[in-house]
Amino acid sequence: MRVLKELCRQPAAVFGLVIVLAVVFAAIAAPWLAPYEPDNQMFDGLTLEGAPIPPGEQFMLGTDTLGRDLLSRLLYGARTSLIIGLVANGIAVTIGLFVGVTAGYMRGWVGGLLMRFTDLMMAFPALLLAIVLAAILKPSLWIVAMVIALVNWVQVARIVYTETRGLVERDFIMAERALGAGNARIVLLHILPHLVPTAIVWGTLGIATTVLLEATLSFLGIGVQPPQPSWGNIIFESQSYFQAAPWLVFFPGAVILLTALAFNLVGDALRDILDPTQRGRG
Amino acid sequence: MAMLLAKRLVQSCLILLGVAAITFILLYALPADPARMLAGRSATAQTVENIRRELGLDQPLLTQFLHYLGNLVQGDLGRSYAQKTEVATLIMARLPATLTLMAAGIFVEVLFGLTFGIVAALNRGGAIDRIVMASAFVGVSAPQFVVALLLLYVFAATLGWFPMSGYGTLAHVVLPAMTLGILGAGWYARMARSAMIDVLNQDFIRTARAKGLSGRRVVLRHALPNAILPIVAMIGIDIGQFMGGVVVVEAVYGWPGIGQLAWQAIQQVDIPIIMGVTLTSAFAIIVGNLVADLIAPMIDPRIRSH
Repeated sequence: MRVLKELCRQPAAVFGLVIVLAVVFAAIAAPWLAPYEPDNQMFDGLTLEGAPIPPGEQFMLGTDTLGRDLLSRLLYGARTSLIIGLVANGIAVTIGLFVGVTAGYMRGWVGGLLMRFTDLMMAFPALLLAIVLAAILKPSLWIVAMVIALVNWVQVARIVYTETRGLVERDFIMAERALGAGNARIVLLHILPHLVPTAIVWGTLGIATTVLLEATLSFLGIGVQPPQPSWGNIIFESQSYFQAAPWLVFFPGAVILLTALAFNLVGDALRDILDPTQRGRG
Repeated sequence: MAMLLAKRLVQSCLILLGVAAITFILLYALPADPARMLAGRSATAQTVENIRRELGLDQPLLTQFLHYLGNLVQGDLGRSYAQKTEVATLIMARLPATLTLMAAGIFVEVLFGLTFGIVAALNRGGAIDRIVMASAFVGVSAPQFVVALLLLYVFAATLGWFPMSGYGTLAHVVLPAMTLGILGAGWYARMARSAMIDVLNQDFIRTARAKGLSGRRVVLRHALPNAILPIVAMIGIDIGQFMGGVVVVEAVYGWPGIGQLAWQAIQQVDIPIIMGVTLTSAFAIIVGNLVADLIAPMIDPRIRSH
């Protein structure tokens, strides 16, 4: 509650929050909001020459190269992006927490080995790795989510590791140990609760990255496969047409940008509120 | 210093080895079968089997990996399955194009980022600061391929100022470099701003001002050199980001670099090329980080004691 109140004091965060809520609403209410079926290749959705129809009265945002309503596809695309965002970041934050806490708490060779592994992952060209994996595996919504999670957990793990190291040194953890608390109890009841803000901040910022990454993979044709609409594959399907029908790139592009921007704004504001030491830093 | 360097070099080699191992396992554990891809759809099982034996794919994974590593330390990245050429030759032929693009992109990035970051820091809290920071935020949230397509639409298709795609002249570099640079400039602007604000709050800046130095001299000669360190470190880290981004940018602009090479190889499951490009990228990332760490003490002697 306190967090929400502070969030509402920053105009940029409010702007972000409004867009986030709008995207969530669009994703949930897509069947009621969409004027047409997203996969319906309408006979009157193309001009007599067979070209897509520009934005106008009948089709608010125009139609695509197969005569489907763009607005309806964008609304359903919000579902795709959010599902991937939530699943991929849920997994990434979970792995990151697990690796980071284990490495920070155990130290010794287990901790060392885990952190060397994260160093190694940092040296991977993340986007290239994602592209390779997505292309070679049979692309689907879940594979895309997995691939993104596989790339995104590393940063979370590093931050969680540093924080856990700091926590382990604190007096209240020593006191717990002196009272005879077991490792599981200390980690679950005393360390993890302190990491919740970090998980929330990086989970939120991660969704921005994920939306961009999903769109990029789908744009390359190795993400979510048509006819299932995703903001990236709408552009993929129409990119060779973009000079004649720029709205097919412009609208999905704007939606991707706004969504990523919104999650970045909210995540950044949350970081300022939850971790005052980071205030004003990049 | 020499000791530190040696330690870092050994570490870097180990990381590179690790990257090789993981990529190798990932690529060979995946369900795609390069032999079948090469043989084509209508090939008989016997043909596929022959190709598999020819490529050494029938050997156990560990044997294949050790064989690969043995060649790798001699600088041999193997042969492309589809093109039958040495991977190292293919990559070397493509590398200049990618490096050109990267250098141009980093130039755009640093130029825009530094300028706007400093302007924002000097106008801290003012309208200009807000506008610059808001634009920086939009920049870091923008999808690269959309920016690429928009730039193409406006400056190539509509205005005709630059060619749509290709490689060779300065005009060809502008749009791809802008695509890579505009987005990254957002990070640099944020970084430069916060570094500048940190420095501007310090006593020696107040002293310089008190001595009666002009505002420009204080900023350029006293503040900027001290704020540049995080930015130099960032360029090093940034090289890694670029290596991923070039696949997309090169695909959109038809830029004949290693990103395009990788993209073609990925579609043909040409594993040696994929391995080669991944290792080259990892190498670039490691070198970038290493250089950033080595340059830091030269710019800021306080770090040397660590």
